[in-house]
Amino acid sequence: MAVTPRRVGTAARAARLAQRQGALVVLVVLCLVAAGAFDTFATSGNLTNIAVQASFLAVIALGMTFVIFTGGIDLSVGSVFALGGVLAAYASQYGTLAALALPLAVCGAIGLVQGLIIARGGLEPFIVTLAGLLFARGLLLLVTDSGRNTYDVPVGSAFREIAQGSILGVRHPIWIVVVLYAVGTLVLHRTSYGPTVLAIGGQRDAAELMGLPVARARVLTYVASALLAGSAGVMIASYTSSGVPIIGIGTELQAIAAVVLGGTLLTGGAGTVLGTLVGVLLLQVIANVINQLSLAQAWQAVVQGTILLGVVVAQRYLARAERR
Amino acid sequence: MPQSPVVDPVVRPVAEPVVEVAGLTKSFGGVHALRGVDLTLLPGRIHALVGENGAGKSTLIKVLTGVHTADAGTLRLGGEPIAFTRPADAQAAGISTVYQEVNLVPLLSVAQNVFLGREPRRFGLVDTGAVRRRARELVARLGIDVDVDAQLGRLGLGVQQMVALARAVSVDARVVIMDEPTSSLEPREVETLFGVARTLAASGVAIVFVSHRLGELFALCDDVTVLRDGRTVHAGPMAELDRVGLVSRMLGRAVEDVQRRGATEFGESHARGGAGVQPVLEVSGVSVRNRLHDVSFSVRPGEVVGLGGLLGSGRSETVKAVYGDLPTTAAAVSVEGRPVRTGSVSKALAAGLALLSEDRKAEGIIPDLSVRDNIALAVLPRLSRAGVVSDARIDAVVEVFVRRLQIKASSPRQKVRELSGGNQQKVLLARWLATEPKVFLLDEPTRGIDVGAKREVQSLIDELAAQGLAVVLISSEMEELVEGSDRVVVLRDGHVGAELDGDGLTTSALLSALAGGGQPVGEPPVGNPPAAEVASRG
Repeated sequence: MAVTPRRVGTAARAARLAQRQGALVVLVVLCLVAAGAFDTFATSGNLTNIAVQASFLAVIALGMTFVIFTGGIDLSVGSVFALGGVLAAYASQYGTLAALALPLAVCGAIGLVQGLIIARGGLEPFIVTLAGLLFARGLLLLVTDSGRNTYDVPVGSAFREIAQGSILGVRHPIWIVVVLYAVGTLVLHRTSYGPTVLAIGGQRDAAELMGLPVARARVLTYVASALLAGSAGVMIASYTSSGVPIIGIGTELQAIAAVVLGGTLLTGGAGTVLGTLVGVLLLQVIANVINQLSLAQAWQAVVQGTILLGVVVAQRYLARAERR
Repeated sequence: MPQSPVVDPVVRPVAEPVVEVAGLTKSFGGVHALRGVDLTLLPGRIHALVGENGAGKSTLIKVLTGVHTADAGTLRLGGEPIAFTRPADAQAAGISTVYQEVNLVPLLSVAQNVFLGREPRRFGLVDTGAVRRRARELVARLGIDVDVDAQLGRLGLGVQQMVALARAVSVDARVVIMDEPTSSLEPREVETLFGVARTLAASGVAIVFVSHRLGELFALCDDVTVLRDGRTVHAGPMAELDRVGLVSRMLGRAVEDVQRRGATEFGESHARGGAGVQPVLEVSGVSVRNRLHDVSFSVRPGEVVGLGGLLGSGRSETVKAVYGDLPTTAAAVSVEGRPVRTGSVSKALAAGLALLSEDRKAEGIIPDLSVRDNIALAVLPRLSRAGVVSDARIDAVVEVFVRRLQIKASSPRQKVRELSGGNQQKVLLARWLATEPKVFLLDEPTRGIDVGAKREVQSLIDELAAQGLAVVLISSEMEELVEGSDRVVVLRDGHVGAELDGDGLTTSALLSALAGGGQPVGEPPVGNPPAAEVASRG
């Protein structure tokens, strides 16, 4: 009985590796080049700076990763991120607990409504979360008197410690990212939610026919995405000691870019959590290098866009090579 | 009423049925899919569920698996009445299904697929070691040789099917439904799958096996239930039936029932010129992986050649392959002696081929476009100059066909979705006729349309042939095939099994040709010297 798996050729294996770890290779090369080119790059100050700057996007992109695993998309995260920050700064006058509870409750509720409409109502994630983007941004403008109000976190508030403190010499935001990504990896591989999410993205009908809790898992995914975006908002409010209304514009696209750079298929069904982290770092290092070159900020987007396009096109060809 | 349990009195003791279905009905928006189905499954037996298109097999399976809920009737599982509202209910009750298209997740590993949603846990987390170990034990027990860590999508279809079976078994299923599991498998893989199925049955599981391949049914199954038009028309041990008996029950014809001419609108033979005339369409050695094997036939101008065969015999695949819509592993098609490159619809169109597809809704009409636009679609490239289309020329063409085919629409601007099925079909015929084809491939042209429109379509086919068009006609209705065709090429399991013409073309001859033997018949076609290439199979 010759039911052995198809033989995997060396070329196919190399293609597979490149597809999975392409962003990591680019990141490492870029870091080495940058370290050689600028004395200021490989300093602990600059690297910490990169990591802290990347932490907010990293938290948002973690939620986006699971959404994209299901074959969905969450365009609302940028607005929800900003809303979470403003609500946290506003509530910080009533204490740290309030500064955590209010944004997470509101953001979680937005995610829940979006998830229910998508999973139970059967509407397209694209349009539902686009509406969520507008709604959250509008709510933020209402709260901030059309963006004229910037709430400040009271001096001496323990809330500032959340993102400004450090443990063992490592800044809190970095710890938060490490912990969240460890949990994310565990959830993906060691809970039945993980494969369920991949199954939904890979073959939704099959998942339904296998009796998997498809709707519940999808709702949960959008709730998690909104909660993580809100948490990133809390972090940035604590980090900047204020609730800035104008942040988070286009952040959802950055998050999607990071997920795709990390090797997750935009069609869903396959990918890794750590790949997303690599994607986030890659985007941040590019921004940093462009700063070092004293180039205009505008170059950031140009370079990031070009690399994203390159990665997506490469993925496509590599996937084809792999199949051969 | 539930019928008496089907048992083989000699070999096995009477066992309690696992599943008893009685008087099941189900309709969708006024269309009756099931009108009273009975089914009794016994443990340890492999039960064939057969029926032609629309007989109600898939609806019955969907009721059994909790996808649909029946309108009326009883479903008993182990003697207890039960009703499923979700697939998960049926699975929890011990009914597992292996679908025709593998319904697993290709990007996950074999082990993950087997236990997806029911992973063994330790400390609340999935015990990945146990998942792999238990998957390995399971596949070993079933005699499947596969690496459980391999990504499912990288395995052959046959192995994927067996993994699906392993998943079905992993829930301690009492009933396993295999819905056309073999339709895309290699013969070797089919054998292995059968071995696994027998192992499973020997352990006391009741298996429902659906397949269109008669040989498989007779090789594997102990019992059989035949459905027709939503009803159970026969149930009993497989050994009591022969092939012709089974097919005649599926089609609803007694073996000796020879139909007189006149049941359809078709007139007498239209083949002109006979032996001396060069064929317009010559098809030789068309093969499609696992579906078609070396199919050859030819059609002369003005001739209607029927393609006969049971569901799954490869009729639609044949015309699709000829039309370039299905990748072939080998094929030679020529029109008027000029070879046509296969695998390209546009080349086929340019060569003068047209295909009226079987699935009018999915592959034919565009419901929200007007009658006019639907007709004009395929001729647009010809009616336009440098990409600019002349409205007047389109209107002229459309008007001709609306009149000639008597399409009943309030105006050419009416949306096609508002027309009756018969008129939709005429719009499609008009679309293809407007391309002025030399060969018209018609796949079930009269299915699902009312009697009046059916007669109109039938006489139109006659008329077209009389004008010299070469027609290939596929029909599941024996009368239509026998009366409408000058010759009928009978396909069995993707092979040309027989060819009937002249006085040999009768419903009873067709019936026995459809049933056929176990192996493709290599006999030369009856008569028709120009069609001798049929005989030269390799």
